[in-house]
Formats: sequence, structure tokens, C-alpha cells
Amino acid sequence: MPSLKDLRNRIASVKATQKITKAMQMVAAAKLRRAQEAAEAARPYAERMDKVLANLGERVNAQEGASPLLVGTGSDKVHLLVVATAERGLCGGFNSNIARLARTHAKKLLDQGKMVKILCVGRKGRDALRRDMSSNIIDLIDMKAVKKLGFEDADKIGTRVLEMLDNGEFDVCTLFFSEFQSILTQEPTALQLIPVNLPEASESETEQGSQAGYEYEPDEDEILADLLPRNISTQIYRGLLENAASEQGARMTAMDNATRNAGDMIDDLTLLYNRSRQAQITKELIEIVSGAEAL
Amino acid sequence: MADTFTFELVSPERLLISEPVESVVVPGSEGDFQVLAHHAPVLSTLRPGLLDVVLPGGKERRIFVRGGFAEAGPDALTVLAQNAIDSADLNKSALAQEIKNAEEDVSDAKDDETRDKAQGALDGLKLVRDTLGLG
Repeated sequence: MPSLKDLRNRIASVKATQKITKAMQMVAAAKLRRAQEAAEAARPYAERMDKVLANLGERVNAQEGASPLLVGTGSDKVHLLVVATAERGLCGGFNSNIARLARTHAKKLLDQGKMVKILCVGRKGRDALRRDMSSNIIDLIDMKAVKKLGFEDADKIGTRVLEMLDNGEFDVCTLFFSEFQSILTQEPTALQLIPVNLPEASESETEQGSQAGYEYEPDEDEILADLLPRNISTQIYRGLLENAASEQGARMTAMDNATRNAGDMIDDLTLLYNRSRQAQITKELIEIVSGAEAL
Repeated sequence: MADTFTFELVSPERLLISEPVESVVVPGSEGDFQVLAHHAPVLSTLRPGLLDVVLPGGKERRIFVRGGFAEAGPDALTVLAQNAIDSADLNKSALAQEIKNAEEDVSDAKDDETRDKAQGALDGLKLVRDTLGLG
């Protein structure tokens, strides 16, 4: 049975923790709003890019000698996994969910006798994967210094990936991130970047496109060659933005749970504290009364 | 008054401009072209340069763009640019840095095709500098 003083200390400590989790939840809520706005603002660019690529993809057949970004390098021996996670913890299952998806994927590839290289974006992903895949991790891109995620940050990663492709360091590239569905649900997602899955042009758009009969300047192949690398960066940027929103959403939910849990604990401890105090008072009274009777 | 069409300027981060305009001069990679209302559908890549936008009423606006492409149609022009800065906000040192980078690209180019491309980008940047008098 803990003494009254111990109980008092514990209640105080849980209260202090609750204050912190409450504050973190509110900060995450504010950041989430901003992250969502950023993701929203980036949408027009990605949508138009998709539309044009879909239009172009139909016209340009995957002939020989086409860009490896479109048709692949011809083999699928070496896989590059770009695993995007957060820089900080305390956000529920967010980081471990992404890491788990990446790990399962990597294990599957390794079982098939493929080579796997992992490029971590964000410290937490590396921490999670380091235990059993440390030999596969080739580098960590630190996002700690990044205050506000800009396109340049994504472009740096994109350029890096393209350089590696040029040097023949991998054949297939997949991006792992968490898709933001709502504050409560974030879906860890794997997106194949290279070779690219061209978005399908919807029926109405194809019709419009062919009716309009676009003139291309320079020709389709060259435009496509210009757009595909750009598309890589755009996709990474989208992934990072989704990730940022997911992280804050996950943290908000986790901290909300923690705050509520702390509240429950405080209630329980307070009840226990009051009972013990009451018990002690009763005990003292009995001692006095029985002492008086004995006289 | 001339007919207007919708001009949209989109950067990866956000939609920068979406408004009716009278005409836009676009720095295409194969040469500049002016887009008026009822333009034939064209898709063109961009070289670094200035978008000259004429707003209804004759007011002009200049925007520096770098990297991307333009999609023109009869009633709309969409420019997707990796970078877009209003020319009033463009500063000398940033532009000088860009030119320096472009010069390095030219000298680093391994084959003729990439060199041509890099040279085109460099020429575009120099033209911007001279037009705006930021030399």
C-alpha cells in the first residue's frame, strides 16, 4: 500500500504529463491545419501534370530506347526503396506503420533473390529499419533542418534518385509514405516511381484531347523526356506533403488518447488517495477511542 | 476591347494566378510565342524567361518563370512552372547566381544535346537580366 505522500507525488506527476500531452495535441492540431493547406495548394500542379502525362503517354508508345523512367531499365534486379517518415516520434503508430510496410516489401524482394537498397528520408524510419536491415540502408536524408517543406526539398531527393538511376545503381524505385485519409486514419502506401505508372486518361478527357489535337513543341518524345524527371520530384513532393499531414494527424490522435488516459489515471489515483486518507483517519479514531475505553 | 481568356500560373507549391487576361507572351523552349484568346491548342516546354502578361485594361505584369511547360487552348492558358517569381521581386544576386549555375551547366555538358539545352537556358537568363536591367 503506497503511502499518502507517494500517492500525492504520483498524482502531481501524471498531471504534469497531462499538461504536456495536451499542449502537444494542440500544437499538432495547428500544424495539421497548415499541412493540410499545403497539401491542398499543391494539388492543382500535380493534377495538371497527371493530365498532361496521361495525354502524352497514350501518344508515345513504349518503344525501344525510350526513357528508363517510362519503361524501366530492362531488368528488376536491384530495388531502391525510398522510405519517408517523420523526424520525431510520439505520433502513435505512424512511423512504425510505414517502416513495417517497407520491411515486408523488402523481405519479399529479398526472398525472391533481388537486391534491396533503402534510402531513408527522416530519422525515425532509419531507426526502425536499422535493427534488421542495416546492411541495406544506403543513406539517410535528414529533414530536421526543414522548417517548412518546399518543393526544393523534394527536388533534392528527386535529383538524387535520378543520379543513382543514371549510374545504374537500381532498376526499380518505390516510394513509401503515409497517405492522409482523415485525422483518424493514415494509410501507409507504396508508390512505384520508376518505371512510372502513367495515370490513365479518363474517357472524357481522351475524347477532348483528341478533338483538340494538340500541337507539341518540341515533339511528344522530348516533352515527355522533360516531364518525366519533373514528375518524379512532383510525386515525392506529394508524398512528403501527405506524410507531413499524416504525421500531425497521427500525433494529434495519439496525444488526445494520452491526455484522456492521463485524466483517467488521475481520477483513479485521486479516488485511491481519498480512500487511503479516510482509512487512516478512521484508524486513528479507532486507536483513540479504544485507548480511551481501555482506561 | 480584345477578348480575354483564363490564364493560370501554377507552381508545385500552389496556384499563383488564375484570372482573365488579354494576352501572354510565353518563353517556349523553341522560341517565344504570344497567346491570345482562341489560340490553337499547343503544349510547349519552357526555357527560363519572362512571362509578359497583359491584363484587361492594358495593365502589364511580368513574371519570371523557370522550368516547366505551358498548355494553351482556345479559352485557357495554363503554365506549370517549377519556379515563378514576380519580376518586381526578382533580385540581382539571385539572378546572378542562376546565371552562374547555368554557365556551369553549359561547361559540364557531356554531349551536344545537353549543351544546347543548357545554352538555351543560359541565353534565356541573360535575356531576362538585360530586359530588366539587373546587370
